[in-house]
Amino acid sequence: MKMVKCNINGIPMEVPENTSIYKAALQAQVKIPTLCYHPDLPAWAACGICVAKIEGSKKMVRACATNVEENMSIITHDSELQQVRRTVIELILSTHPNDCLRCSRNGTCELQRLAAEFGIREMPFEMNVEPIPQDDSTPSIVLNPEKCVKCGRCVNVCQNVQNVYALEFLGRGDKVRMAPAGDVLLDESPCIKCGQCSAHCPVGAIFERDDTRTVWNALRDPETHCVVQVAPAVRVAIGEAFGLPPGTLTTGKIFAALRRLGFSAVFDTNFGADLTIMEEGSEFVHRFVKGKGEIPLITTCCPSWVDYLEKFYPEMIPHFSTAKSPQMMLAAMTKTYYAKQEKLDPCKIFHVSVMPCTSKKYEISRAQDMFSSGCQDIDVSITTRELARMIKSTGIDFVSLPDEEADTALGLYTGAATIFGATGGVMEAALRTATYLVTGRELAKVEFNQVRGLDGVKEATIDLDGTEVRIAVAHSISNVSRVLDKVKEAKAAGKEPPYHFIEVMACRGGCVAGGGQPYGGDDEVRKLRIAGLYQDDKDHTLRCSHHNPAVKKLYDEFLGEPLSETSHKYLHTHYTARPLYTK
Amino acid sequence: MAFKQYILVCGGTGCESSNSGNLFKNLIREAEEAGVREDVQIVKTGCFGFCERGPIAKVLPDEAFYVDVKPEDAQEIISEHVVKGRAVERLLYKESESKEHARIDEISFYQKQFRVVLRNCGFINPESIDEYIARDGYAALGKVLSEMKPEDVIEELKAAGLRGRGGAGFPTWMKWNFTRQVESDVRYIVCNADEGDPGAYMDRSVLEGDPHTVLEAMTIAGYTIGAAQGYIYIRAEYPLAIERLKLAIAQAKEYGLLGEKILGSDFSFDIEIRLGAGAFVCGEETALLASIEGERGMPKPRPPFPSVKGLWGKPTVINNVETWANIPVIISRGSEWFARIGTETSKGTKVFALTGKINNSGLIEVPMGTSLRDIVYNIGGGIANGKKFKAVQTGGPSGGVITSDFLDTPIDYEHLQELGSIMGSGGMIVMDEDDCIVDVAKYYLGFTVDESCGKCAPCRVGGRKLYNILDRISRGQGSMEDIERIQTIGFSMQRASLCGLGQTAPNPVLSSYKYFQDEYLAHINEKRCPAGSCKELVTYHILPDKCIGCTLCARRCPVNAITGERKQTHVIDQDSCIKCGECYEVCKFSAVVRA
Repeated sequence: MKMVKCNINGIPMEVPENTSIYKAALQAQVKIPTLCYHPDLPAWAACGICVAKIEGSKKMVRACATNVEENMSIITHDSELQQVRRTVIELILSTHPNDCLRCSRNGTCELQRLAAEFGIREMPFEMNVEPIPQDDSTPSIVLNPEKCVKCGRCVNVCQNVQNVYALEFLGRGDKVRMAPAGDVLLDESPCIKCGQCSAHCPVGAIFERDDTRTVWNALRDPETHCVVQVAPAVRVAIGEAFGLPPGTLTTGKIFAALRRLGFSAVFDTNFGADLTIMEEGSEFVHRFVKGKGEIPLITTCCPSWVDYLEKFYPEMIPHFSTAKSPQMMLAAMTKTYYAKQEKLDPCKIFHVSVMPCTSKKYEISRAQDMFSSGCQDIDVSITTRELARMIKSTGIDFVSLPDEEADTALGLYTGAATIFGATGGVMEAALRTATYLVTGRELAKVEFNQVRGLDGVKEATIDLDGTEVRIAVAHSISNVSRVLDKVKEAKAAGKEPPYHFIEVMACRGGCVAGGGQPYGGDDEVRKLRIAGLYQDDKDHTLRCSHHNPAVKKLYDEFLGEPLSETSHKYLHTHYTARPLYTK
Repeated sequence: MAFKQYILVCGGTGCESSNSGNLFKNLIREAEEAGVREDVQIVKTGCFGFCERGPIAKVLPDEAFYVDVKPEDAQEIISEHVVKGRAVERLLYKESESKEHARIDEISFYQKQFRVVLRNCGFINPESIDEYIARDGYAALGKVLSEMKPEDVIEELKAAGLRGRGGAGFPTWMKWNFTRQVESDVRYIVCNADEGDPGAYMDRSVLEGDPHTVLEAMTIAGYTIGAAQGYIYIRAEYPLAIERLKLAIAQAKEYGLLGEKILGSDFSFDIEIRLGAGAFVCGEETALLASIEGERGMPKPRPPFPSVKGLWGKPTVINNVETWANIPVIISRGSEWFARIGTETSKGTKVFALTGKINNSGLIEVPMGTSLRDIVYNIGGGIANGKKFKAVQTGGPSGGVITSDFLDTPIDYEHLQELGSIMGSGGMIVMDEDDCIVDVAKYYLGFTVDESCGKCAPCRVGGRKLYNILDRISRGQGSMEDIERIQTIGFSMQRASLCGLGQTAPNPVLSSYKYFQDEYLAHINEKRCPAGSCKELVTYHILPDKCIGCTLCARRCPVNAITGERKQTHVIDQDSCIKCGECYEVCKFSAVVRA
């Protein structure tokens, strides 16, 4: 790597070629203020706050979008720069509703923070807030364009990272606004509800639909038996909302907090993940070994991915695993198996799922199959952010909570389940069990390092005692076409498929960086959260789904065997081609 | 077949819109009917520049210069001038009532001009490649392909000292050289014909009057930097220019001057037209490229410059129409010839669209270094209606005002910048004493606010705030804090806006405040508009000693605000008056006054 010499605020340093001034300044212990730059995205250079000066030039440059060059002398702050930044912040504030106290981002808003840091005490400019109605057409995400600061993050992430192109800028000049392309409602657009827009929005212009009030109401109702499940990715991220470092494993504290919030039974989505592996792993063996059904098999744990495929690749639907996602499997078992055990009326059970994801709110009513128990299998799905708010509002001191265990009925899990929260995790878990199902042999070493890490597409060939299994793992939707187009090409040419098994997760890094996770996620945070999950896996004695005794018991007592009729009734679903625009 | 006479009829947009198209048709019909069609060639040319007096027709070899010609004058021109050889006196241009009619080279509008870019406009039929070739067209391309290596072309441009005519004045040779040196399999040439300054029509006239010169220049650039494809980005509002470009491209291809193996060489080059939807910001090069690529026309940060990462990420040379039009002449006549024109730092000529309160509005081309005084008083014929000169705005919405104190400043890139304005693409709007400086600044801000793409906050929000402040001031509701705000916002916009549009948008207000501070303060402190133009600050009154009670004003008042008996003094009811100024205009006895 070629290095470039420069000096920042008089401090000499060397940075790799093509490093932006913004990143170089971090090395000089300066985090240049910005509203639009996000490390996940190419510099869009919209806000005009990260201005810096280069010695010898009168102009100001944008630190996010200007690369350091040899012998550059950079000034990141002086009275003039601070003045310009302050004016730009004041200008933005003059078009932004002044209702911080009632805003979803109160306390986490990046504009609010800038205003605080710059000590803005009065508004020198008249207010011009363009009233634009809120769009709450989807069950997942709410658009409030009135609060939009036009930073472009949502549009960029939706188009360039997720390849969905649901969001766009409409209009021009000070009439410009963020909106679904074509000016339709979000629910009428190709939106896949991944919520990456909400996770990247610096202000309260895009946020998850808040369902906490429904949860509180259920918890208050003495007639209702409240059950909750927690997804793997939540346990390595929710701590951030309480000041813990990213990746801190807080499973026990979450369970404790949920009981103290008033839930009667606390389950773990990881149990559902082990169950998913039993079904999906068997489905793979069924298709791959017995040749019944389309190959490659494609995972379907991610509802945003399912939505994307139904809209953008409907011809690939036969490749989709019919296995429901872990949250839906666990939910179906709660309102059937568990209800029967506990002699509860399934419709009196109120099932809440805590997910890193905004799309899970959509998944719970995605198809009729999500009502397999005779009533809605999951009543409400809330995000990590919503649970954190619920806990905070009670005053529960999360960090000091003692660790508790989940309820055993549907709470026990293996290491294979917990890595579902990371890209490659579903594939790795499936391979651990598929190896056993195909060869009848247990693995000596359960780790499949080929599928780990943040590379956009990971490909590997696995040898199952002489049988070659070609796999691919993709995350963030923009990487999907690289994999699927190969499959389509081979199919069109009548050639053997390039892969046998494909895992896709819509969000970069997998569920650990889902759209419902605490704010501030970037690759550094992703790596730490992922590491937390792999540590959880490592710390488990049981690391293959087929070793989960509770799962075995469930099959013995209720389901029979994987892919049985009962399994199909409760644990499988179907898919439908959907139009990109419904209007 | 040799023609005895030629009639050149202006087919520029100005003359076309005052019916030169029908004049042209009528001339042909009349010539046929008179049986002289074989003797006279009637040609529709590009813009003559003297738009004030269009439609223009010129008869050669007599050099008779006809102005304000109407379609029905065709009969007389044919029967008198062509058939009988007698010029139609009443249509000939006269400098003033007393003077004799003038030949074109005697007209002061033309005398101080020097036509390089517009060399063919008004001389050739832009729809005929043969006429272009007859005036040395494509000779430069032939010379480049047969005698010059790419580096020779660069050297020639360097010696000529040509700088970009789109606004910033970047040396053209440097731009080409950068692009040429970037490692890449593909390179592109782009012509920026997205002219959008209010009142500017330089590029439009070149494309309408001499389309081949742009094609020739782009092809030369393609050869020089190693590009095989060029694009002309032109706004769809220029239908005539588009039509003529399309025709020119087809003709050039037919003649082997464009397409595969040009003039039998190994060099191939093609040009396609891309239509813009008329967004001003698409004249900014990165937004223009985004628009060609089918993206939203929004600027991107530079660097990387288009020379390095341009169209579809490939090295790209973008020049504007006027820059292109200089290239073939420089090559054919040589850099030495070109470098003799203009000043030390700014070589060659500059085309301006001279408009506003001037006698001879039109399209002019002058050597760099010509003084503003020459332009306004000699070429422009001074201020219309005997009013007093106030200022000139150059550089359109990105420029600033130049006052009478600086009329002798030689016009070039550096001097204009020193004065707080810019060369820009060549809009030049003359203001007189009736123009309110606040109103002028507000007009330009209104334009940039409308045309801002909305991407970056300083421009999107700052521009709107500046506009609102100017609007307040023009209504007498401004405060001294507003002046402070203008300075603060203006400074931040200049420094923190992403592209040239936002960086220069505050210029009209900052520069006009600098030179006309008193006028701003009169609006704020005295609630008075010294130019008498800001409606809400003006009142109309009737002077009793001058009013003879003719009732004309009362009859013309659209809101019946004026009352008075016949032959009695009239009175304006201030509450109902809408300050339209109609009474002021119509009173023959100067009895209505504005205060």
